[in-house]
Amino acid sequence: MAASFELTDDSVVVIIGTGAGGGVLANELAQKGVRVVALEAGGRYLPEDYVNDEWESFGQLAWLDPRTTSGDWRVAKDFSGLPAWIVKAVGGTTTHWAGASLRFQDHEWKALTTYGAVEGANLLDWPIDAAEMDPWYDLAEKKLGVTRTNGIAGLPGNNNYLLFERGAKALGYTQVHTGRMAINSAEYDGRSFCHQTGFCFQGCKWGAKWSAAYTDIPRGEATGNLEVRERAHAARILHDDAGKVTGVEYFDRDGNLQFQRARIVCVAGNSFESPRLLLNSASAMFPDGLANSSGQVGRNYMRHMTGSVYATFDKPVRMWRGTTMAGIISDEARHDPGRGFVGGYEMETLALGIPFMAAFLDPGAWGREFTTALDAYEYMAGMWLVGEDMPQDTNRVTLNADVKDQWGLPVANVHFDDHPNDIAMRNHAYRQGRAVYEAVGATRTFPTPPYPSTHNLGTNRMSERPGDGVVNRWGQSHDIPNLFVSDGSQFTTGAAENPTLTIVALAIRQADHIAREMAAQTL
Amino acid sequence: MTLQPAIRGLTRRQLLSRASAAGASLVVGAGFVAAPDAAWAYETSHIAPETFATLVRMARDIYPHDRIPDTHYVIAVKGYDSAESAPGIAEGIAALDAAAQARGFASYLDTGWERDRVDILRSIEDSAFFQQVRGGLVTGLYNQKAVWPIFGYEGESYSRGGYIERGFNDIDWL
Repeated sequence: MAASFELTDDSVVVIIGTGAGGGVLANELAQKGVRVVALEAGGRYLPEDYVNDEWESFGQLAWLDPRTTSGDWRVAKDFSGLPAWIVKAVGGTTTHWAGASLRFQDHEWKALTTYGAVEGANLLDWPIDAAEMDPWYDLAEKKLGVTRTNGIAGLPGNNNYLLFERGAKALGYTQVHTGRMAINSAEYDGRSFCHQTGFCFQGCKWGAKWSAAYTDIPRGEATGNLEVRERAHAARILHDDAGKVTGVEYFDRDGNLQFQRARIVCVAGNSFESPRLLLNSASAMFPDGLANSSGQVGRNYMRHMTGSVYATFDKPVRMWRGTTMAGIISDEARHDPGRGFVGGYEMETLALGIPFMAAFLDPGAWGREFTTALDAYEYMAGMWLVGEDMPQDTNRVTLNADVKDQWGLPVANVHFDDHPNDIAMRNHAYRQGRAVYEAVGATRTFPTPPYPSTHNLGTNRMSERPGDGVVNRWGQSHDIPNLFVSDGSQFTTGAAENPTLTIVALAIRQADHIAREMAAQTL
Repeated sequence: MTLQPAIRGLTRRQLLSRASAAGASLVVGAGFVAAPDAAWAYETSHIAPETFATLVRMARDIYPHDRIPDTHYVIAVKGYDSAESAPGIAEGIAALDAAAQARGFASYLDTGWERDRVDILRSIEDSAFFQQVRGGLVTGLYNQKAVWPIFGYEGESYSRGGYIERGFNDIDWL
């Protein structure tokens, strides 16, 4: 039975956002007996609500509140009001994610030490490392039911994968398989197996892909310790004269401003909304925003080096059939500066339907060079490239005082310039992706530019020293002891891997810490 | 949907006899645009039929798919046939015709080869009008479920049990 707490109840933990970070944290705390109010800006959608239709689903799930962009990244030109493709709903972007569940490589926790100083980059080692994260990754993999862990079989490969695998092996790649996926290859944890339906990005109608929307959230609610308040948009975090946070002001579903008192506040609204909320919470005591004595709130925004390679063949592929992200090549994920860049990247199959292919293959393009590619859609294969990008001081989320959202709050402006390392890595990845497809007879290849970002990282980064970041090794703000950050914005560096598994592992670990400190009365 | 087999009250023969040809692909009559074989007709309400026919031709030249019939381009742009949008479209098409005339053609539709029209479009591609039409087509054309089978795209699959027993791994030429 879901709980219902009074606005005046100052014993609760208030979590803002219910995705991979906030949704998992909410459930983990509730399981430990901690009482939680989770504020979710979006509504609740479950598998029966999801639609196998790209644009209709986008209208149902995507975060479409206004944002602005600047910088030299192509997204700012092609999708100036849509820097991210993320979800506004209970469960957050775990509804939309592809399911790839990869651990960081050991050296990626120590980017500065491993890569050395990189000009123009703001590299830092995480204050935690692989050995410390190991047991939390174990728990996260069990929670998500990740294939190729814990004796769970891998998924079968679809057409898009089988072609990709053939090309990879022809090139001599050896780390090629159908991925470590939070998509059930057999029934697991009461959820169905994958029926190779496609439309993983539109919400899995079988529930075969893990999403907090239908796992952690209802389980947390079943404890009686969790209340999820839907369509509740956090506006401002308030604090007392001692500098501790006291609760969260939010707009409820009817547009009325409410104030929920709190013992602890955890921010998990993703790398745009989390720093925006901290900055919008500026006060006389904290004129630059909460948790921002370092000036680091909003900085070091990372979005992964991304890009795609599509290719056409003289025979049909039908890439859209089956799991959207159906396999991986990890050979290029290593750190090998001999390639002309630091860090590495993964190659992962990807498919889009015709509506999104038209929008994303080469935004703005027209004429026969473009349309003949779509004419060959049935003969097309595709992969996504995802690698570590460099944190930069000037890649940042700031408040745009000239543009207000529907609540009258300044929106986030997202500024991003590619670092030369990002560009060198992308060009290498384009070449290798093309080579994979040419090895199986591609007649044409398409180096497709980055989509609006789904991997949004940094902006409230974790650091050993308070001057270098926003939160400490527990995601606790350096400045305010009862204020935590619980999403991907706490990433110190991005690593090459898809981030969800790490966000989940950090949330499980943070729940353990918060519950322990609360019990010890130190929080 | 205002596309119909023929204009209300007119037989196909009457429709064709009253129409005057404009360009190669569409028949323009008093208040309507029709396919040369009168397989369909669209009755414009705010845009002059000649202007609308040019808009349809422009849409096809921006995203040319030879296996997609005109009806789908008409559907993609008919949203501009409103009191609000019509003046801007008229202005944009007038500029397009002016660009054609600067190259020695009587009008955009007077051109023979697609490459001539592409040259004209390139000369206006930074204009707000061109970008409005192009941007609108990305969803207006490609999000029509009726065009998906032309590309081989199968659309929704959950109701048919996904592809696990319907060819998700049926590639046979590797």
